[in-house]
Amino acid sequence: MNFASLNAAAARAEIFLAVAACAILLLGVYGDQARRAARCYGLSLVALVIAALLNGLDFSAANGSAFNHMFIADPMAKLLKIAICVLSAAAFVYGRQYNRHRGIFESEYYVLGLFAVTGMLVMASANHLLTLYLGLELMSLCLYAMIAYYRDDRLATEAAMKYFVLGALASSMLLYGMSLLYGFTGSLQLSVISSVLTADAATAAQPQAAIALAVVFIVVALAFKLGVAPFHMWVPDVYHGAPTSTTAFLSAAPKIAAFAITMRLIVGGLNALPDIWQQMLILLALLSVAIGNIIAIAQRNLKRMLAYSTVAHMGFFLFGIASGNAPGYSAALFYVLIYALMGLGAFGVILMLARPEYEADQLADLKGLSKRNPWLAFLLLLLMLSMAGLPPTVGFFAKLAVIHALVQSGLLWVAVLAVLLAVIGAFYYLRVIKLVYFDQPPSADPATAAQTTTTITEGDIAVSPAAILLLSCNVLAIIALLPWIHYLIAICNEVIRRFAV
Amino acid sequence: MIPLSHYLTLGAILFALSVVGIFLNRKNVVILLMSIELLLLAVNLNFIAFSHFLQDPAGQIFVFFILTVAAAESAIGLAILIVLFRSRRTINVEELDSLKG
Amino acid sequence: MLANYFPILLFIVVGLGVGAVAVSVGKVLAPHKPYDDKLAPYECGFEAFEDSRMKFDVRYYLVAILFIIFDLEIAFLFPWAIVLDEIGAFGFWAMMGFLAVLVVGFIYEWKKGALEWE
Repeated sequence: MNFASLNAAAARAEIFLAVAACAILLLGVYGDQARRAARCYGLSLVALVIAALLNGLDFSAANGSAFNHMFIADPMAKLLKIAICVLSAAAFVYGRQYNRHRGIFESEYYVLGLFAVTGMLVMASANHLLTLYLGLELMSLCLYAMIAYYRDDRLATEAAMKYFVLGALASSMLLYGMSLLYGFTGSLQLSVISSVLTADAATAAQPQAAIALAVVFIVVALAFKLGVAPFHMWVPDVYHGAPTSTTAFLSAAPKIAAFAITMRLIVGGLNALPDIWQQMLILLALLSVAIGNIIAIAQRNLKRMLAYSTVAHMGFFLFGIASGNAPGYSAALFYVLIYALMGLGAFGVILMLARPEYEADQLADLKGLSKRNPWLAFLLLLLMLSMAGLPPTVGFFAKLAVIHALVQSGLLWVAVLAVLLAVIGAFYYLRVIKLVYFDQPPSADPATAAQTTTTITEGDIAVSPAAILLLSCNVLAIIALLPWIHYLIAICNEVIRRFAV
Repeated sequence: MIPLSHYLTLGAILFALSVVGIFLNRKNVVILLMSIELLLLAVNLNFIAFSHFLQDPAGQIFVFFILTVAAAESAIGLAILIVLFRSRRTINVEELDSLKG
Repeated sequence: MLANYFPILLFIVVGLGVGAVAVSVGKVLAPHKPYDDKLAPYECGFEAFEDSRMKFDVRYYLVAILFIIFDLEIAFLFPWAIVLDEIGAFGFWAMMGFLAVLVVGFIYEWKKGALEWE
């Protein structure tokens, strides 16, 4: 055993990001007190961009592996990692002003974010139960801390506690399932587990009932982590309670990482047992599309409404995995990438509307937004149309791909139900558009009303033009990507075709 | 020689006890942290039992990592507990109900 | 197909049963005869000086948190030290990498003043 045999170059983005995060952590306690936070914020963005580039440079290279096959670098991992890095950097940019107003613009917040991203990158490449678990925990522990970072806020600390307890419970269930899987197959390596299970399935050697127990534990734990009904109870509380900058971070990259572990564990590790997990996934997906879309209608808080919409979207992407074939996986990949883009954009708009002492997170706050801020209102219109899955947006094509995969694998009744539930879901998205464009604004602009009670000067309040520009690019991508949609779907197909087991 | 199934049963009982502990406890967040710790220990027992009976050290190495993560997890848990107590002067589980909708 | 899920049902039932039984047996069987002398806190024969559920200074928690994080490295160092002559330079430098990460954390907590009591 020596350093060369580790082939650590395949994991260079993760190693770079971990070292960069350590360096920024130390930079945050040395030097000029006043400029530390801004410097660490800037360096974190640079580190994320470099990490994305490190993955993008050899995107089409042959599948590589490192650390004795505990870590694989296939195109799917690279694609997901680029998306994770870019979206996390964007979430940092959107949340900058918000964090400054709430006293959480500190170097540690961004170091925690970088470590969380490192964890997500490890999850995307994990080919071993240990790397998978460590990546998941590195991400989760940082996210708990990022929520609790708004320490003077009652809601944020409560949300952090709830997320912590349920997240720890989910991790333990995942571990319990992993321990049973290890006991039955004698290996922690996902590729070995897969081949042992395939061989056993061929000879019917494995006691099906025993292995089903392991699969149930793993699927339930994944459902917790994805926030899929009926294990979604933490999602609305966490989205609502967390500072909006953290909610924006949570809504994008961790969803992509959750897709990655679902693919690695279910499709990579348990591919011999589709008849055990397929029904469970279909049930989970149907429940969460139904519950998410119906309960979202009753919400008055915008962040809570978007949280239930996340539950519904996660269910929709799970349809793709549940269809159990390559087009389904590819559709799920496409869906989750598009959803991360839309979710981040929606929370970005809320962040731009927020002011000191004013969260802009009530649906009523959106009344007449088109007259106060026409550009943000237009961006919100595009986002809502795309989330509802209406035709001139990529959201429509993402839903279409999933439905198509379901039909292809013969699950016609599921496809019909999925479409019906998506139509119900369109209602509350369109209600947001009605509030923004057709309702009278409240007599006093809530944002300016809040400002008069504080003594912060106008220059402090203004959101930076760079953040608005980035948010506009993010949201406009929803229609700007349309001419290349076939190209994008082809990339997803190719990536799934080369998915390494 | 104690058979594997005895270890697994003990692990399952510990696991179930701590899950029940999480859901039954309405009083104190510290007890939640203790239950979470017990959950991970139950899993460790499973891993060590399998590792011994399979004659494969990988499972025991996994346990080392779980122990480390458990330590980090309880550190984060305690830290969240402190900020929670500072902002509300209570750690009673039943009073953590501001988030509804 | 559904028969495959039977052990899971069994697991849940047995798990809930064991949990409920353990709790309720304690409630039912344990003698419950409280009286003043028994409930009084015992402190070496003295009257108790203060409430036994006193609040600890939050600084103890900080020390406890830091201790939890840093004491576990020993769990990795012992097995490493025992097999060090077999794993050679590779093993040595791998552990140095691990310790370097710990040192980063240590410098951070030191500079943050977490080690100062006052």
